[in-house]
Amino acid sequence: MNFQMNDEQQMLADSARSFVRANSDVEKHRQNKQLVKLDAATWQQFAELGWLAVPFEEKHGGLGLGVTETMVLLESLGEGLIMAPYIATVVMGGGFLRHARELVQDEKIPALIEGKLQLAFAAEEYERVFSLENTAMSGEVQDNGIVLNGTKACVLNGDQADLLVVLVRTEGAVGDRHGLSLMLVDANAEGIERLPHRTVDGRQGAEVRFSNVLVPHEFLIGELNQAADIADSVLQEALLAISAECVGSLSVLLEQTVEYSKTRQQFGVPIGKFQALQHRMTDMFIAMEQTRSLLLAATLKTAEGHKDAPRAVHAIKAQLGRGGRKIVQEAIQIHGGMGMTDELGVGHYAKRVTAADGMFGNADRHLMAMAAARP
Amino acid sequence: MDLQIPESEKFFRDEVRTFLAENLTDDIRRAGKLVTSVFSPVEEAMAWQKILHKQGWAAPHWPEAFGGTGWSVSQRAIFAEELVRAETPPLVPMGLLMCGPCLIGCGTEQQKAEYLPKILNGEHFWCQGYSEPGSGSDLASLKTFAEKDGDDYIINGTKIWTTYAHHANRMFALVRTKKDGKPQQGITFLLLDMKSPGITVEPIVGLDEVPEQCQVWFDNVRVPQANRVGRENDGWTVAKYLLMFERGGQAYAPGLNVLLEKIRVMAGKQQGTHGTLKDDPVWQYKMASLEADILALEFTEMRIKSALSSGKDPGALASMTKILGTELLQKATELRIETLGAQALIWQPQALVPGAEQPPLGPEYAMTAMPHYLNSRACSIYGGSNEVQRGIIAKAVLGL
Repeated sequence: MNFQMNDEQQMLADSARSFVRANSDVEKHRQNKQLVKLDAATWQQFAELGWLAVPFEEKHGGLGLGVTETMVLLESLGEGLIMAPYIATVVMGGGFLRHARELVQDEKIPALIEGKLQLAFAAEEYERVFSLENTAMSGEVQDNGIVLNGTKACVLNGDQADLLVVLVRTEGAVGDRHGLSLMLVDANAEGIERLPHRTVDGRQGAEVRFSNVLVPHEFLIGELNQAADIADSVLQEALLAISAECVGSLSVLLEQTVEYSKTRQQFGVPIGKFQALQHRMTDMFIAMEQTRSLLLAATLKTAEGHKDAPRAVHAIKAQLGRGGRKIVQEAIQIHGGMGMTDELGVGHYAKRVTAADGMFGNADRHLMAMAAARP
Repeated sequence: MDLQIPESEKFFRDEVRTFLAENLTDDIRRAGKLVTSVFSPVEEAMAWQKILHKQGWAAPHWPEAFGGTGWSVSQRAIFAEELVRAETPPLVPMGLLMCGPCLIGCGTEQQKAEYLPKILNGEHFWCQGYSEPGSGSDLASLKTFAEKDGDDYIINGTKIWTTYAHHANRMFALVRTKKDGKPQQGITFLLLDMKSPGITVEPIVGLDEVPEQCQVWFDNVRVPQANRVGRENDGWTVAKYLLMFERGGQAYAPGLNVLLEKIRVMAGKQQGTHGTLKDDPVWQYKMASLEADILALEFTEMRIKSALSSGKDPGALASMTKILGTELLQKATELRIETLGAQALIWQPQALVPGAEQPPLGPEYAMTAMPHYLNSRACSIYGGSNEVQRGIIAKAVLGL
C-alpha cells in the first residue's frame, strides 16, 4: 500500500497546480452570464500540456495513463473551478472512443489529443430517473444503420461537441440491461437540433433532438444491444473524474471558510472563536477527509480492477451529495450574506458540487446501486 | 382539547377563496408560480397589493383604525394560508409587515398619518437599513453615524443586504447617534427618503443571479429630526419592537405543505424502471420525514397562534419557528432538486422573468427548483441568523 504519487503523477499535479494558479476561472464564472463558446486557446494549452493525451494508448499519441492520473489532474482543475470540458470530451468522449471500431479510433483519437475534437455523451432524458436500464429513447435497426428519434437532455458540452455519443434502446423494454446500444453521431448531422443552455455550475449543456437521424453500423460502439457494460465502465470513470474535481472544489470551500472565520469579526472576536462554529468546521474537515478517502478507494480499486470497485465508485459519488453537500451548505452559512453573493468564489464552488450530485444519479440512487451490487 | 373548526371560520375561508378566484389575474398567478424567493417580482407583487388594498385586505394585522381588517388571529391565519395555497406572489414585507406595525406602535400621530396610507396603497416602497458590512449578527455594533445639525441629522456610512433598495423610495434605518456607552444605547431609528441627495444604491447579485440585495451608501445625507421614530438613542427598543413582527406571526407550515405537494406531483412524473419516483421507497422515506416534521411545525405554529389569541406573548418561540421554518424549507428545496435529477441543472434565469418570451427547456415545473434551492440558503442567514436565534432560545428560554 502506498498513497504517494509517483514521479509522473507528481509532474502532472505540479503542472496542473501551476496552470490553475495562473488561470483560475472563478472570475470567468462571475462574468459569464450568457452562453459562451469553447475557450479555444485554453483548450489548445491543455493539448500542449499533454493533458488531452492522458488516457489514450501510445499508438494514438496518448500517454497510456489511467484513472489515477486523471484523478490527480482533475482535483487540481477543481481547485481552479476550470470551465474547460475535460470530463465531457476526454473522460467520457475519449472513454467511449477507446471502445469504438479500430478505424474510427485511428481517426478520432489523434484529433482529440490535438485539441481538434469535442465530444459529448447524450444519456439523460427528461422525466426519467437516470440509470442505463431506464433509457427509453429508441434507435430503430435497419439494414443500412440505426435510425434515431427522440430527445436527450442536459447533454454536457452538447452545444459545442463535434461528435455525440448517444445511448439508445435498440431492443427490449425499459428496465432491460440488454438492448442498449451506443453510437457515435456527427453533431451537425441532418435531423439533429441542439438547444444550448448553461448549467447551474457554469458549464455548457444542450437539449439534443433527433429526428430520423441515420447512423451507419460502423459507428456503433461495442456490439448492437450490448452496450451496457461499456457504458458502465466509461460512466464509472466519469463519476471518478467528477468526484476528483469536486474534491478539489470542496477543499477550497473548506479552506476559505476556515480562513474567513479567522478574519470576520463579530461581537469583538473572530467568529471562528465561537465553539458552535468550531465544531461545525471540524465536522466539515472530517467530511472532507472522508471524501478524500472514498475518492482514493474508488480510484485505486478501479485502476487495479478490484471486484468491488463499482461499489466504491457508487460510494464516492453518493458522498458528493452527503458529506459534500454538508461542506457546501456550511461554507455558505458561515460566510453569511457574503456566501450568498455572485461576487465571492464560495457560491461558484458551491454550485459546482451541487451540480455534481445531480449528474448521472444523485446520492440516493448511488447508495441504492451500491446496496444492489453487494457481492 | 379538540380540533373542531367553528362554522364561522369555514364560512370565512370560503369567502377568501371566492375572492381569490375572482380577483387573481393571470399575470399575478403566473408571477406567483415563478417566485423562487421570499421576495416576489416587484411589479406583480405591487399590482396584487393594489387589488387587496381595494378590498381593504392589504394589511389584515393592522388595527382597523389604520386600515386593518379587525380579523381574529384565526381569520388572519386562514387568510395567509389561502394566499399561500393559491400561490399568490408574497407581498413585499418591508412596509406592510415591518415599518407599518412599527409606526403604529412607536410612531408619532403625524408619522402615522403621513406614512401608513402610503404603505397601504403602495406609493411608498420601503427598504430596511439595518445590517452593515461589519455588523451582521452583531447588529448593535453598527457604525453608520447621524450627526445633529439644526433640525436635521446628517448621515454618513453604509448599509448592506438591503433587500430591494434599488426599488425603494423610503428606508427605515438604524443609525448611531452616540459613540460612547453600551452600543445598544446609542442607536436611533430614522425614516429616510431614498431620493435624498447623497444616497447611492448598488445592487448585489446573488447566487441565483438576481439582484435582490443592495449596498447603500450615505454621503452627508440630510434627514429631518421629525423623521425619527421613538427617542434619540432609543432606536434599539424600536427595532426590537419591529423584530417581533419580522420574526413572529409568520406561519411556515402552509407554504411548506404547498411545496411538498408540488414535489409529490413532480415525483409522480419521473419514470423509473419500476414505476415513478413517487413509488420509490427511498424517495418516500425522505418525503415522509419532511411530512412528519412539517406536521409537527404546523401544530407548533397553531399552539403559538392559540397563545396569541389569548393575548400571550410568544416571545422567544418566534425564534424557534424561524429556525424550523427556514431549515425545513431548505430541506424541501433539497428534495425538490433531488427529485428532478439533472433537469435541475439546466440554468435559465431568463425564463423566470415574468413575461419571458423564450419557452424554458425541459419541464416547466423544473426551472424554479435550483434558483429556489440556492436562494433559500439565505433564509438561515437573514432576519437574525439561525445561530443568533439558537442563542436567543438558549438564553431566554433555557436560561443558559
